[in-house]
Amino acid sequence: MFGSTRRAAMKRAVALAAAVLAASTACTPAAPEKPAASPGVEPSGTVEFWHFFTDREAKAIDTVIADFKAKFPKVDVVVKSGQDDTKMLQAIGAGKGPDVGLSYSTDAAGQLCDSGAWVDLKQYVDRDKVDVNQFPETVRNYTEFEGKRCAMPFLADTYGFYYNKKIFAEAGVAAPPKTLSELADVAKKLTKRKADGTIQRAGFLPLSGFYENVPSHFYPMVGAKWLTDDGKSAVGSDPAWQELLKWQKDLVDWFGYDKLEKFRASLGDEWSADNAFHKGQVAMMIDGEFRIAFLRDQAKDLQFGTAPLPVSDNQPDRYGAGYVTGNIMGVSKTAKNPEAAWALVRYLSTDTGAIVKLANLIKNVPTTTQALANPGDLATDAEFKIFIDMFQNPNSVHMPSTAIGPALEETMSEFMNKWQSGSAKDLSGGLRSVDQNIDKQLQLAG
Amino acid sequence: MATTTVGAPGTTPGAPPARPATTRRRRMRERLTVLSFMAPVLIGLALFLVYPLVASVYFSFTKFDLINVPEWVGLRNWRFLLEDPRVRTASINTLWLVVVMVPARMLGALGTGLLLTRFGRAAGLYRTLFYLPALAPPVAATLAFVFLFKPGTGPVNTLLAQFGIEGPLWFNSPEWAKPSLVLLALWGVGDLMIIFLAALLDVPKQLYEAAALDGANAWQQFRAVTLPAISPVLLFAAVTGVIQTLQYFTQAAVAASVASGQATTGGGISSTFGYPENSTFTYPLWLYVVGFRYGALGYANVLAVVLFLVAITVTAILLRRFRTFLGSEQ
Repeated sequence: MFGSTRRAAMKRAVALAAAVLAASTACTPAAPEKPAASPGVEPSGTVEFWHFFTDREAKAIDTVIADFKAKFPKVDVVVKSGQDDTKMLQAIGAGKGPDVGLSYSTDAAGQLCDSGAWVDLKQYVDRDKVDVNQFPETVRNYTEFEGKRCAMPFLADTYGFYYNKKIFAEAGVAAPPKTLSELADVAKKLTKRKADGTIQRAGFLPLSGFYENVPSHFYPMVGAKWLTDDGKSAVGSDPAWQELLKWQKDLVDWFGYDKLEKFRASLGDEWSADNAFHKGQVAMMIDGEFRIAFLRDQAKDLQFGTAPLPVSDNQPDRYGAGYVTGNIMGVSKTAKNPEAAWALVRYLSTDTGAIVKLANLIKNVPTTTQALANPGDLATDAEFKIFIDMFQNPNSVHMPSTAIGPALEETMSEFMNKWQSGSAKDLSGGLRSVDQNIDKQLQLAG
Repeated sequence: MATTTVGAPGTTPGAPPARPATTRRRRMRERLTVLSFMAPVLIGLALFLVYPLVASVYFSFTKFDLINVPEWVGLRNWRFLLEDPRVRTASINTLWLVVVMVPARMLGALGTGLLLTRFGRAAGLYRTLFYLPALAPPVAATLAFVFLFKPGTGPVNTLLAQFGIEGPLWFNSPEWAKPSLVLLALWGVGDLMIIFLAALLDVPKQLYEAAALDGANAWQQFRAVTLPAISPVLLFAAVTGVIQTLQYFTQAAVAASVASGQATTGGGISSTFGYPENSTFTYPLWLYVVGFRYGALGYANVLAVVLFLVAITVTAILLRRFRTFLGSEQ
């Protein structure tokens, strides 16, 4: 009798567990994508737009959104600033995402497209006969994933080289370095040490993790590869990575890793007026074109110049190229008003007037050929012009889109931190283990 | 041989037994009454503990990205756990914090509590002063703490330099980052201190008087009177401390972000997690990155299930050890 009671209790427990499991899967959102309306239908209703900009840049967005509302009076746009990709993905998963989302980085495109968090825009692009060839090839590549166009560009960032003209003049350096060996030489020449050997001013701070010193901004200097043709990690097999990391480690060792860390710890936050380049504590650095606006706002007296990234001594013809990334936007799978959402996405990504206005207000690179040809005041800004040219350079590169999003770069970054500190001594072995780690993560996501 | 028949409670001896159906109905009513009183707790437990737990176990065997229907992948996520190098780093850091931070907080709270029991008229003022840091929100407290300890510009190293001491790099040093987090935890120990203080004030004075008459010195009084009397509070502090530290997230994330000088928005903050050199990279940070940055929620659920199992096991061991400790004292 006890046995049968226990069996009955067991059955009830199993039934309960099965019901809970069924509920677990049933709770997962899986709304089908809505079909596009017939051509010519005027968009109307409310659109929620999430972006990551804050302060000055958020005000610029508001200005252009006001223009959009004037052009589409039946559409109201609710703008939420200061959002990030993680929050957007969670909100879409919970069915409460924005109609239109703006992502910070192109490496998120794979994740957003692969998961279906952003819908395939093909039906809208085809219906409205939007010519995607108006975007340069790099932009076309980073806004789609495995042939699926789920994103449209929203300005771009190009990473190049900044130098302090006053410090250069004082040291008798005539021009910014063009090769990695020149960069190392000038960095040493411009570095000032105190009597105790600690760093007072760094010509160039080569530590990975300092401000914008991340693998993606470094690798264009040597033309390294992230992935092989069959989509596996290439960092262990591409000798360009070894060349880059050896050069970086040599420079770190010249300064002394501990001294560099101590110096770095004394510097201000990247996004504040205390930025080390603003204050002349670092004479050269790698950064995006957006730094120009920060410098003119926060360090009005600083005389700075911009230049393409220095390149490997073995590949001088690569000079002129840089790292390109872009803000991308898409229509959420859970968009309440996809038609109006597409209208907003289309306006922000293809309306030349809106793009040029935004590019000038935020000081980012425009992303259509028309806007690039006539970028307004940006064309007459000599420092900014360098970045527009780099953006259009055929050797400029962007991070490949994968389903693991930022994991590709962050895995490499982790190794670079160990390498520069000396805790990882075997370069080729370390890079091979990065390969294995990335491949396993790709497999996990696949 | 005489036979005595004992009737069921509530029945008259010699009366015919109640019909089985009536008894069953009565028992059923009693059970339903009990269940209805317990229902709020049972429903709460089912919804917020059993369901997430069972769902988490299920999701750990799936490919799940929050957007699509989970896809069964068998043991793939669990196998990755054994090959994942970052989970090892994160586990070691978390273990370090559990082993150092939990006892440090308990000792700090107990020491401060003991000190406060000695104060006379100004006791209220000192209690408030020591408790105040615990009221600061964790993000704000961490921000302030990192700036105080910022090498080169922070007041702590400036003060140390006045005495000819070269301060360490604190949150910017892989060796000092975790000890700095322990200092931060000690600074905000007021929440635990208040509980210890209440327990210490509850120890009957007569016990100390009796011990003193028996010739016990201060240490012997503490060992034989205070510790056994406050042992339930010690157990509470140990269990909750271990569970909280296993879930250590906010302070590690904020300290790394601020110390790295890359406090940024947009792309998320996980690129600075662990700075410097993964020394502050804790298990929950990795769980968050895997789940919400890399979109591998199936694997994140593996990490969550393992974390739950570890927390349960450690709690069970602590309860058992403390029971032994209590038993030996009584």
